[in-house]
Amino acid sequence: MTTHTEERYYVPHGSHWPIVGSAGLLLLMVGVSSWLNGSDAGFYIMMAGVAVIIFMITGWFAAVIGESQAGLYNLQVDHSFRQGMFWFIFSEVMFFAAFFGALFYARNMSVPWLGGSSNNFFTNLLLWQGYESTWPTNGPGDIGGEYTAMPPFGLPLINTVLLLTSSITVTIAHHSLLAGKRAQLAIFLAATFLLGFTFVYMQGVEYVEAYEHMNLKLTSGIYGSTFFMLTGFHGMHVTIGAIMLTIIFFRVLKGHFTREKHFAFEAVAWYWHFVDVVWIGLYVFVYWM
Amino acid sequence: MSTTVADLHDHHDDHGPAKGIGRWLFSTNHKDIGTMYLVFSLVMFFVGGAMAMVIRSELAIPGLQFVHPEFYNSMTTMHALIMIFGGVMPAFVGLANWMIPLMVGAPDMALPRMNNWSFWILPVAFSILLSTLFMPGGAPAGGWTMYPPLVLQTGDAFPYLIFAIHLMGISSIMGAINVIVTIINMRAPEMTLLKMPMFVWTWLITAYLLIAVMPVLAGAVTMLLTDQFFGTSFFLAAGGGDPVMFQHIFWFFGHPEVYIMILPAFGVVSEIIPTFSRKKLFGHDSMVYAAASIAFLSFIVWAHHMFTVGMPLSGQLFFMFATMLIAVPTGVKVFNWVATMWRGAMTFETPMLFSLAFVFLFTIGGFSGLMLAAAPADIQYHDTYFVVAHFHYVLVPGSIFAIMAAVYYWLPKWTGHMYNETLGKAHFWASTIFVNLTFFPMHFLGLAGMPRRIPDYSTQFTDFNTVASIGALGFGLSQLIFVWVIVTAWKGSKATDRVWEGAHGLEWTVPSPAPYHTFETPPKARIAGEAFE
Repeated sequence: MTTHTEERYYVPHGSHWPIVGSAGLLLLMVGVSSWLNGSDAGFYIMMAGVAVIIFMITGWFAAVIGESQAGLYNLQVDHSFRQGMFWFIFSEVMFFAAFFGALFYARNMSVPWLGGSSNNFFTNLLLWQGYESTWPTNGPGDIGGEYTAMPPFGLPLINTVLLLTSSITVTIAHHSLLAGKRAQLAIFLAATFLLGFTFVYMQGVEYVEAYEHMNLKLTSGIYGSTFFMLTGFHGMHVTIGAIMLTIIFFRVLKGHFTREKHFAFEAVAWYWHFVDVVWIGLYVFVYWM
Repeated sequence: MSTTVADLHDHHDDHGPAKGIGRWLFSTNHKDIGTMYLVFSLVMFFVGGAMAMVIRSELAIPGLQFVHPEFYNSMTTMHALIMIFGGVMPAFVGLANWMIPLMVGAPDMALPRMNNWSFWILPVAFSILLSTLFMPGGAPAGGWTMYPPLVLQTGDAFPYLIFAIHLMGISSIMGAINVIVTIINMRAPEMTLLKMPMFVWTWLITAYLLIAVMPVLAGAVTMLLTDQFFGTSFFLAAGGGDPVMFQHIFWFFGHPEVYIMILPAFGVVSEIIPTFSRKKLFGHDSMVYAAASIAFLSFIVWAHHMFTVGMPLSGQLFFMFATMLIAVPTGVKVFNWVATMWRGAMTFETPMLFSLAFVFLFTIGGFSGLMLAAAPADIQYHDTYFVVAHFHYVLVPGSIFAIMAAVYYWLPKWTGHMYNETLGKAHFWASTIFVNLTFFPMHFLGLAGMPRRIPDYSTQFTDFNTVASIGALGFGLSQLIFVWVIVTAWKGSKATDRVWEGAHGLEWTVPSPAPYHTFETPPKARIAGEAFE
């Protein structure tokens, strides 16, 4: 794997962005914590933290894009970026794995146990008499009250189609880039992030529907918890991915990326495929089965 | 030989460190960042150590004397969090930063700015965590494992605890990504994977573990946060969740985490023992496979931390046998260290002494681990001082002794001067005697039934507790020698490039102290090969 295209290694000069990022994180974490503890000032500290972090992200990326356009990065740096992105996405996969793990644990273990399966006969008899294990459920305590489960067909199916299509369009965009067809690249990239934002909008519609008409809330027991946490974190990742795609789109318009060097494009495309794969898992295990 | 070539570059920073505070705040230099990590970890070692002193003072005699029980619980919780996430882990990341580029012949870490950020998140995380000591309701006191529902009783500190953990996780993940990319992408030509030094190998495996499990911890504490503030039911039986589920998710992180803290230690010891035995490491490749096996097994043994919560018999059997299986690759490692020393021309400088103590005392901790792995026996040992004795044996004369060995071993390379060997040996003997005095009696206390995380105890446990407290005080004071040796390290005699007669590896081919920039061009294949051979 070791690549040595040039005699000298490239080591970037110092940067103030990391320390700005740390300051932003301090404000954000202290702000959100004190806000959760009931302090109104916490909200403003949190928003200040968000502002500093957005400032850091734009500044840091602008610096790196500038250096990249100036031709400072050799192939080895490109490889480092690629591998770094790959392992970052892997860490994201593991983050989702924790929530999928919670879902599987609830469906296959804790809920059946509450219903008296395995050696938990007395748990059911003495603590939760009359509770029958089923999925979806808001638990033997009927936490959050009566609700309707989200049906797999309708909006979620449309969303699945949207996201799968966007995965195809981003691949077409990639092939266009490799073939040097810049107009086609821009069009399919635009299609991708528009599909992405449409997905996020539809997800919003679905949430409003769930909250207003189905009494399906984050507080609806374990079903509501896993449903909203999984789809919520996924939706957050789609939003981030769509924003990144938009930035890549504008970079394409500015003439960035060549057939040989387009790490940022590929990194975002990988990320997009990652949110797509997570969605397939979600659609199958949260909505459908 | 020196690989510092004439400066052909036009980058101003190639000439040397920047002036003033900016050198540290904006650094992209792996040596400076490594130094910051190591200093940070030393500070945290003393902060966590001070908490240990509070614990041992309270336990020196029966009855409640110095602190409120609630505060005592905060001390055990904070001591663990600080030592694990602030002491041991950053120390190993610091060593990785300093040594991996030197060992693989790279100019720096692969992603130097991210490297800076992963360090500078840590002071933020620990400022937040330590600030909880002064909050209404006190610092977290539910144990570092944060089991619900107990942890949900934490006062104002609760969200700060969760977000501090998030920050530590972000820092670790970025550090791990950097280590992997550096090793995979920046190695000297001809340094094939199986030619890599053991420290590099163990860190590569550790980094994979970190990337795989830190996000899982983040998920687990996020569920705690939403259960507390947003009404989710992950750990609420009435809602269909299960508090035990937290333990499963937590220990899926927690057991690999244990190996995250010991695998780099294995690597350090595998560097030091060959040097002072003047022999090649016995069974280099089998060491690699053993470390990889340990890492793999660490993912399928987590429930041995929770045999008493109630799980199906088949589950208990699976986790018991899988856990015991770990003894096999670990045995391979211990065997190889001993075989490396066999008929070697051994000398006993401070790093070697710490490494020998590591092999011996870590193995004691390993054996008590085997005892705990036996599910029927564990039901007796669970939550007693036997467990405390076990994990302190693997962490203190295990991980921490390896860190100290590494510091003594590489300090001449870092500073260009030999440290005071007499004081180093004094530090070693004091630490070794007192560490055993502290933790060995805890085995007996645990077997006799003394529970952990309790500020008071039945009078029958007095003698051993008093001995342990004396040992802890002695161990704490002994570490002042360590600080003195480090602070005065710049006054010793000049170190040669090779420093130790039997040392091999690329890091010994650069001058002592290592110049600010090393390996700006890839080392020649022949040199890399020879240094390894």
